Amino acid sequence: MIEARALSKRFQDKKRGEIRAVDNVSFTCQPGKIYGLLGANGAGKTTTLRMLATILEPTDGTAIVCGYDVVDAPEKVRANVGFLSTATALYRRLTAQEFVEYFGRLNGLDEATLKKRVDDIFNRLDMNGFRDRRCDKLSTGMMQKTSIARTLVHDPPVMIFDEPTNGLDIMTARTITAFIRECRDNGKTVIFSTHIMSEVEKLCDTIGIIQSGKLLVEGSLAQLRDKYAEHELEEIFVKVVTPHYVAEENN
Amino acid sequence: MSLRNVGIVYRKELTEALRDRRTVVSTILVPLLLFPVLSVGFGALAIALVGKAKEEVPKVMLRGGEDSPAVVEGLRKLDKIEIVPESSGWKDQIINKEIRAAVEIPVGFQSDVAQEKSDTVKIFKYEGEMKSEFATEKVEKYMKDYRDKVVKERLAAKNLPDTVLQPFEVKQENVAPPEKVSGAAFGGIIGYMVILLCMTGAMYPAMDLTAGEKERGTMETILSSPISRMHLVLGKFFLILTAALGTAALSVLSMGVSFSVLGHYTGKTAGGRDAAAGLLLRLGPKTVISVFLMALPVAVLFSATLMTIALFAKTYKEAQSYLTPMTFIVIIPAVAAMLPGVELTPKLSLIPILNVSLLCKELVAGTYHWNYIAIIFASTCVYAAAALFIAIKMFQRESVLFRS
Repeated sequence: MIEARALSKRFQDKKRGEIRAVDNVSFTCQPGKIYGLLGANGAGKTTTLRMLATILEPTDGTAIVCGYDVVDAPEKVRANVGFLSTATALYRRLTAQEFVEYFGRLNGLDEATLKKRVDDIFNRLDMNGFRDRRCDKLSTGMMQKTSIARTLVHDPPVMIFDEPTNGLDIMTARTITAFIRECRDNGKTVIFSTHIMSEVEKLCDTIGIIQSGKLLVEGSLAQLRDKYAEHELEEIFVKVVTPHYVAEENN
Repeated sequence: MSLRNVGIVYRKELTEALRDRRTVVSTILVPLLLFPVLSVGFGALAIALVGKAKEEVPKVMLRGGEDSPAVVEGLRKLDKIEIVPESSGWKDQIINKEIRAAVEIPVGFQSDVAQEKSDTVKIFKYEGEMKSEFATEKVEKYMKDYRDKVVKERLAAKNLPDTVLQPFEVKQENVAPPEKVSGAAFGGIIGYMVILLCMTGAMYPAMDLTAGEKERGTMETILSSPISRMHLVLGKFFLILTAALGTAALSVLSMGVSFSVLGHYTGKTAGGRDAAAGLLLRLGPKTVISVFLMALPVAVLFSATLMTIALFAKTYKEAQSYLTPMTFIVIIPAVAAMLPGVELTPKLSLIPILNVSLLCKELVAGTYHWNYIAIIFASTCVYAAAALFIAIKMFQRESVLFRS
């Protein structure tokens, strides 16, 4: 389970002064459910997810992931999280297997467990054809599978996906969305960020719309449709975000 | 501290480094090949060129001397020299290397000598031009021998012994053992080399493991794993340290082998290089271990400092532009230690790099000032620990890791 409690992140910018990248955001993600964080570029999605994955430290507030506080026990949180984004690249000079094994060892797996786990994952994701190929020789699809294998190697109960399909071709993107569903079906807590409406409509149990670092609204797709009297998520999104967007432009 | 995690990171970084052509070239191939190429290759080429220059029969123009036939005849009989008659533009001919030198015999030289009058024989040359210098040497030697002969004849005519002109001799004698002599002459170079190569060896991996990782997008991947940032820094740091020490060790090894091969090849004729080869062969395990023990905190200092600076960069290229000036900062104190007369003092023993460089000079010469060794080792360890502490702190700063 993930529980964000008044999560905030401020940055100092030389030109623009203080920037509130994430401002007092609270939400809860349940096991066996997918929480979709929907927002435009620069809305604060990546910063929020990076704080949940303890890559960044919150300026204020906190989050509890699998019972561990992201501020007090970041290493324990990371041991329970699989984090995947288009920015999480592979070590080019390692083979696919070495890469996955490296992260397995960093997650504290002993060699016997690691071998079994790697064999299972490589069979499941059909990766045996390229397990000894260096990552810089892999196709985009193979790279994505290797990244997925990395997030799964320690079998974490929480999965965080930051715009995982950004810039991918449709076939590779489908591999990722299928994987996200599989995680939910396996009872994992899943949160993912995107600006692609169709992905949210297809995948998410709960949707949170974020703009200017603030979580403006959250609910299931049906609840949002009712509330805003719109069927298309894109229309709902525009209705939610426009007043804030205009106010921001005026400022 | 979990050494297991540090070891995991270290092993992975080592695997990647050994598969990276640039790292292998800069850390292993360059130090191994630099000295054979520079000393054996370049040295052999120089010897070959000098030999060829010596074999050439230089043309020397004779100016005057019509009334001094004995001297002219003597010059003409000289081996490996061709006397050419005087022609116009002789200075230009020397400059244009058509002739190598010109010798001017003053009018009435021979009769002046007979009458015990003083005269000056001039030799014109192209200074710094090797073949011109050889020709000049030959002519000068002939003229000096001729002068000595005249002096002897005059003394004999007056029934005076040779000791009239040389009442006593002055002789220098060395009491220092050979390793101290060559240590004083070449010890500075060993320290300089080890320090500089520690630096160059650390440079590439320091950039690759920090800015390179940011550029390739793997920083976020590794930061999302449960490893603590301190363990991550230490794993990376030990790899950079290995590269620094490995480069220095391989270089000294290759330098020793190159010099001894060169000494053998030249038949022990090249004095300076031979002494250096002798020194390296005589260094012995005690000196080698002492030098590397002193180099260890320096390598730690370099590895941590370079890693911290490179971490600020967003790209490999940016890191290069930050680290290249560092080479000069290191070279200046390392070279200063090689200057004649610069010796260890309590104040200098606290200046990083310069202190170790000076101490290496002493160690190679076989002198062990234990109080200085203690001060220098301790102070360098303090600097190194401070640099490593800063590196660990920097790895915990989001503004550095995610600088945009």
